[in-house]
Amino acid sequence: MKLNENRTLYIYVLIYFGFLYIPVMFLPIFSFNQGIHMAFPLQGFSTEHYEDMWNSPKLFDALWNSIYVGVVSSLMATMLAFFAAKAFTKYKFRGQALSYGAILTPFLIPEIILAIALLVIWVSVGLPLGLTPIIIGHVLFCTPFCMIILIARMEGFDNNLEEASRDLGEGVFMTFWRVSFPILLPGLIAAFLLGFIISFDEFLLAMFLQGSDQTLPIYMWGQLRFARRLPHVLALGAVIIVATSLVVMLAYWLRNVGQPQEKQDLTFKI
Amino acid sequence: MSENFIDIRNISRHFGTVKAVDDVSFSIKQGEFFSLLGPSGCGKTTLLRLLAGFESANQGEIFIDGVDVTTMPPNLRPTNMVFQNYAIFPHINVKKNIEFGMRKEKLSKQELENRVQEVLSLVKLEGYEERFSNQLSGGQRQRIALARALIKRPKVLLLDEPLGALDKKLRDEMQIELRNLQKAVGITFVFVTHDQSESISMSDRVAVMNEGQIQQISDPHDLYYNPQNIFVSDFIGTTNFLSSSTGSSNGENIMVKIDQIGEFSIKNKLNIPENDNETVVSIRPEAIVLSPSPIDKGDIVMEGTIENSSYYGELTSFYVRVQGAENPLIASSQRFDNNSFEGNKCYLSINFEDINLLKKE
Ligand SMILES: Nc1ncnc2c1ncn2[C@@H]1O[C@H](COP(=O)(O)OP(=O)(O)OP(=O)(O)O)[C@@H](O)[C@H]1O
Ligand SMILES: [Mg+2]
Repeated sequence: MKLNENRTLYIYVLIYFGFLYIPVMFLPIFSFNQGIHMAFPLQGFSTEHYEDMWNSPKLFDALWNSIYVGVVSSLMATMLAFFAAKAFTKYKFRGQALSYGAILTPFLIPEIILAIALLVIWVSVGLPLGLTPIIIGHVLFCTPFCMIILIARMEGFDNNLEEASRDLGEGVFMTFWRVSFPILLPGLIAAFLLGFIISFDEFLLAMFLQGSDQTLPIYMWGQLRFARRLPHVLALGAVIIVATSLVVMLAYWLRNVGQPQEKQDLTFKI
Repeated sequence: MSENFIDIRNISRHFGTVKAVDDVSFSIKQGEFFSLLGPSGCGKTTLLRLLAGFESANQGEIFIDGVDVTTMPPNLRPTNMVFQNYAIFPHINVKKNIEFGMRKEKLSKQELENRVQEVLSLVKLEGYEERFSNQLSGGQRQRIALARALIKRPKVLLLDEPLGALDKKLRDEMQIELRNLQKAVGITFVFVTHDQSESISMSDRVAVMNEGQIQQISDPHDLYYNPQNIFVSDFIGTTNFLSSSTGSSNGENIMVKIDQIGEFSIKNKLNIPENDNETVVSIRPEAIVLSPSPIDKGDIVMEGTIENSSYYGELTSFYVRVQGAENPLIASSQRFDNNSFEGNKCYLSINFEDINLLKKE
């Protein structure tokens, strides 16, 4: 490749990353800015918004709700996705394509339709809104993502390993526990983390089904209506960016745990 | 020694319209090295998996050491398997792999350690306890798979083409080692292969399969010299097939008219009916004696010309056309120069006892 072309590509990459990350960088920058106005020039360094954030009990309620919903729904979604992925990778059966499509549907139809449908059903049955319907919605919504990850991971899984375990005297459950689970663990964790992140920042379902329990995105959205409350949302956003990056790095590291050096993969595959 | 240690009765396994195993019955003796031999897709693996319990039979029964195991799950059967790809658990080391099946035996730490060392020395891999599967060569993996199965002291060891992935030299070595090992432990081996020379060199008896059915069960010598049908004769080694028709029989012998060669009285080992046009004779290449000068020994003596020859190192195949014959005969000999055959003219002789009369399919 000629030097010129090289430089063009280089500039392209710079612009690309700039486009991707500069808007995001405004959050941490303004979160340390003095005053409540999000405008240049910056007024000076201050951690007041972080203190403000720290002193918002409602924020912590919402954070706790989000973590709770995220963990529970992602655990359930990962488990369901595991069974589905097992069926799709191990067996060939009638209606395979159809059931694959059926599981994928919540991922394909507009989320707002899913949200309205769940709301209508939930209300018409007469159940109270709150975290439970949100969890159910998130399980529906996360399962296809988790399944896609797990299918990719399990496609290369050698079914003979399970048979070898059966052959050596273990039943179905111990075979899962001693063989399939440890081997597939990095994939299961990756699926769980993805499910968690999706649930954590999911807005529409949580909005429609919230009742009196807010999740974090709903809380943040609510705060945006008051100009004075805006900066501490920026601080929260900055914290979330850092936390998410840590989770992604953790998932990335887990991918390669236990893999021999030469098999380690530098791409974060989903 | 029990004659019917493994007793397979009318076993069938069908996948939709594919009859992978089709109404098969036979028995295997205790302590026997028994091979299942056949071309790809003939149902060898399926039959082995029926023995292991990974496939359920559509019909029939399997008894092992007098116990009906037909519906018994694999973890309860007294069999262990060496998988074609070895299936070494990748997440645990060699030692833990070998100990894997011993959890329920509740041995003391010391006893378990002794058993592990015992099988490791049996497969000559002492000192490899801490390695992982990806740090082993194909041959070593195969031995670990063997050790992992043998530590269970199974009544029957099932092996699915365990040497298929090894290079030729290692395969030859492992054939001898496996055979010696089987003799040393005295466990009944059921060995699947599609390599006829492998099965012939290792086994006490061989079952030749084709399209889900057993074609013949014999010791290797009989398989080679007394094939019971065209398929077996063709599958084991190379042979010459010549169309023939039978004439009258006097019980033991029968008159056979071999196309373009002549009419002779030969042994009728398979009780082929009289006056049957649908027969062939099979003559092994090494049973045809080839000479540059006229031969006076031999039951049938003919003249021919050498059309072609291929040199295989330990022997040479000659393609010889006998006058008037449609296809050349293949004769093999240790001699490799055909220059001594003047104008490629040669003399051949065949003995009656080397001619096998078979029914056309
Ligand atoms: N699970 C299955 N579903 C459908 N068909 C199968 C299945 N397992 C085997 N078969 C079919 O049954 C037949 C016998 O297969 P099998 O694996 O027993 O052959 P094999 O003799 O072991 O062949 P190879 O030497 O290639 O391993 C084949 O036609 C195969 O396609
Ligand atoms: Mg096979």
